[in-house]
Amino acid sequence: MSSAAPQLAQGAHADGSLAHHFESHAQQNQAATLGMWAFLVQEVMFFGGLFTVYLVYRTLHPGAFAEGSAHLPRDLGTLNTGVLIGSSLTMALAVRCGQLAQGKRAALLIVATMALAAVFLGVKAVEYGHKWEDGLVPGLRWNPAAGADAHLNLFYALYFVMTGCHALHMLIGLVLMVFVARKAWRGGYSGANYLGIECLGLYWHFVDLVWIFLFPLLYLLHGPGGHA
Amino acid sequence: MSAQATPKPPSYLGGEYGMRSWFLTLDHKRIGLLYLLGVTFFFLVGGIFAVLLRLELLTPAGDLFQSETYNKLFTLHGVFMVFFFLLPAIPAVLGNFLLPLMIGARDLAFPRINLLSWYIFMVGGLFTTYAMLAGGVDTGWTFYTPYSSTYANSHVIATALGIFISGFSSILTGVNFIATIHKLRAPGLTWFRLPLFVWAHYATSLIMVLGTPVVAITILLVAVERLLHVGIFDPAFGGDPVLFQHMFWFYSHPAVYIMILPAMGVISEVIACFSRKRVFGYSFVAFSSLAIAVLGFLVWGHHMFVSGQSLYAGVVFSLLSMLVAIPSAVKVFNWTATLYRGSIAFDAPMMYALGFIGLFTIGGLTGIFLATLAVDLHVHDTYFVIAHFHFVMVGGTVMAYLAGLHFWWPKMLGRLYPELLARVTAVIIFVGFNLTFLPQFVLGYLGMPRRYHVYPDEFQVLNVLSTAGASILGLGFALTAVYLTWSLRYGKKAVPNPFDAVGLEWTVASPPPAHNFEHVPSVHHEAYEREREEPARV
Amino acid sequence: MSEHGHVLPLRVYLAVFLALLGGTALTTWVATHDLGPLNDAVALGIAGTKSALVILYFMHVRYQTRLVWVFSLAGFVWLVLFFILILADYETRLPVQGWGG
Repeated sequence: MSSAAPQLAQGAHADGSLAHHFESHAQQNQAATLGMWAFLVQEVMFFGGLFTVYLVYRTLHPGAFAEGSAHLPRDLGTLNTGVLIGSSLTMALAVRCGQLAQGKRAALLIVATMALAAVFLGVKAVEYGHKWEDGLVPGLRWNPAAGADAHLNLFYALYFVMTGCHALHMLIGLVLMVFVARKAWRGGYSGANYLGIECLGLYWHFVDLVWIFLFPLLYLLHGPGGHA
Repeated sequence: MSAQATPKPPSYLGGEYGMRSWFLTLDHKRIGLLYLLGVTFFFLVGGIFAVLLRLELLTPAGDLFQSETYNKLFTLHGVFMVFFFLLPAIPAVLGNFLLPLMIGARDLAFPRINLLSWYIFMVGGLFTTYAMLAGGVDTGWTFYTPYSSTYANSHVIATALGIFISGFSSILTGVNFIATIHKLRAPGLTWFRLPLFVWAHYATSLIMVLGTPVVAITILLVAVERLLHVGIFDPAFGGDPVLFQHMFWFYSHPAVYIMILPAMGVISEVIACFSRKRVFGYSFVAFSSLAIAVLGFLVWGHHMFVSGQSLYAGVVFSLLSMLVAIPSAVKVFNWTATLYRGSIAFDAPMMYALGFIGLFTIGGLTGIFLATLAVDLHVHDTYFVIAHFHFVMVGGTVMAYLAGLHFWWPKMLGRLYPELLARVTAVIIFVGFNLTFLPQFVLGYLGMPRRYHVYPDEFQVLNVLSTAGASILGLGFALTAVYLTWSLRYGKKAVPNPFDAVGLEWTVASPPPAHNFEHVPSVHHEAYEREREEPARV
Repeated sequence: MSEHGHVLPLRVYLAVFLALLGGTALTTWVATHDLGPLNDAVALGIAGTKSALVILYFMHVRYQTRLVWVFSLAGFVWLVLFFILILADYETRLPVQGWGG
């Protein structure tokens, strides 16, 4: 380690941007990125458990899944997919602004992400509302049409649990976005340390990744597809 | 011309006082002690349930407790011991304390997340304690559906919620350890110079991160099923109860490797120190930790041979389970080779370590019997299984925990424990343990089922022996708690390296200063390498 | 990763965004046609491609160390192991009245 490094580190330790147990910003950034990725690995396994249940029940009851999927509003699902992808773009651009130490722009992009996320959640609420009216909410309001597949409840239970967990993760993301946007607006991040924006970005892209798989597996099982 | 000596910094135990400095600490060493308090409390709770159920089993009739109550006793014994003692004990107490010291770092990568982990753990534990006080749960610690999801009348959701919450503590600890070991090693400390304790904790962290979320989602599904009855695990609605078992054991089998891998890490350190030799076959031991972590994920179906799982799957899982025994055996061989021609000292930590090797071997071998389909058909859900897992969890993990607790006690608390008393207690624990659990192998083989509080008269003698052993075992644990507490005030003050061990943690004061190292050390030697004690021959 | 990390030009983000939207449109369109078992393969293939784009570019993994690459793949690999072994049970169960479709 060069002799200049301890002095640099000392200054950064003093201004609070470098935690005392790290020797350099590079080390701190690498540790945080790795830690965030380790966290995302466990998130993959968390949703993965649900995908496993999906895999098993679709293998056992393919008819129920095809029928359930046919009743899901394909147009709303496609719209929501586009919205979420858009929010991923705004978030990626926010991280880019973080890299360039453009705090205020980053904050605005995060707010745009929040707006798109809110649209997504609004559409989801509409979808859930329709399912409630149709009596297709297992356990709470279950009145499927006569002649419906006997195991339709399994599809819809998975639909609600999977999209519900996904929506919960979006809500958590929204809360985190408030804090990060505020800090970014007030200049709390620098080119050397924009970890908050970076980690939030990784989290949000993960949320997008889950939906990228949820959408075809729930909404696009072959069939004409339902409408809103 | 030497300047005035700089005053020694206070140890991490001093320096800052008061509740806030402990409950809002970011120091990994203090957090390790907070975990020590937590796991000791939960061990006591789990232990009390063990006492009660062993008391019931003194007689063949169900005369002490009703069967519903007995179901709650063994469930809560399992839940508290597995989730709130065995899983966190070594990683969260010893791992938290020692990892930064062993790698020459000032703290873990994420100190605030470390503190959060402890709070999450305690909240989860208190939730489960509340569930216990509110009437308990009677499903067995394995929560099999559809009983747990549909028919049980006990506090399933509260207990499950406690476990769900504490799972996040495990995950965050794993994330912290992974980032720390990758990024905070001192200059010169390459992977293959790391103490094997560190390798063990790295492998453990991989399991924590990859496995725990699956049990979390499984618990969530059981809660949804219980609240809303959507049919996910109920055959009447098309659900498959065996699916629960797949999901549950996908985590819970690797979980037992979370319990044993850190224990093996402790054993490597203790054997090396008290043989005054480096560990034989270092890289084999290191890689075997990773192999156990990976293979451990591929064997879960051996808990389900008679569940309704297909025979083909049973065969696959049986074969894979045989495979996972190999890296464990590699470790036992390497420890034995380390002992060979070493200069052996029988300090208390070493006595526990030697006990571990024998008891873990028995536990591991009986695991192979259970992995054999034809044998398992007869002994599944009998006391044979109970004996097997207690041999690895108590004869293995608890022994290693005690070995580590004694070995690093002077480092952590700055006091020596009373050596003679510790050695005597180790013998008491060893005798008590064997008397408790060896009869259970026989009982299981003879057909006594687990989770029953009544049994045929002919099994009474063996049960009485087992309960007698449990009393002795309990005495040993109580003695340990008493003299360790005693040593805090009256134990001899410890020097930095009371056992003449090799490792960065032994280069700092006992107990260490808050920031661990004055200057970040630079490492130039291999693991366990001692300086030459005699001049090299020309 | 240096102080600023690798800053990608705006056009890369926009290109990935458009590709993701295109993939979505494609997968929705393909789903309206009956390709038998290929429907699943195509849907997962498109989802996999979209994921790769998000991971490599939006999450910057393309410019990260090999260690991050390994972590980004680890979860998926582990899931596939889970899927394979669990199907070892479900695909080989003997037919029982009322099961299997």
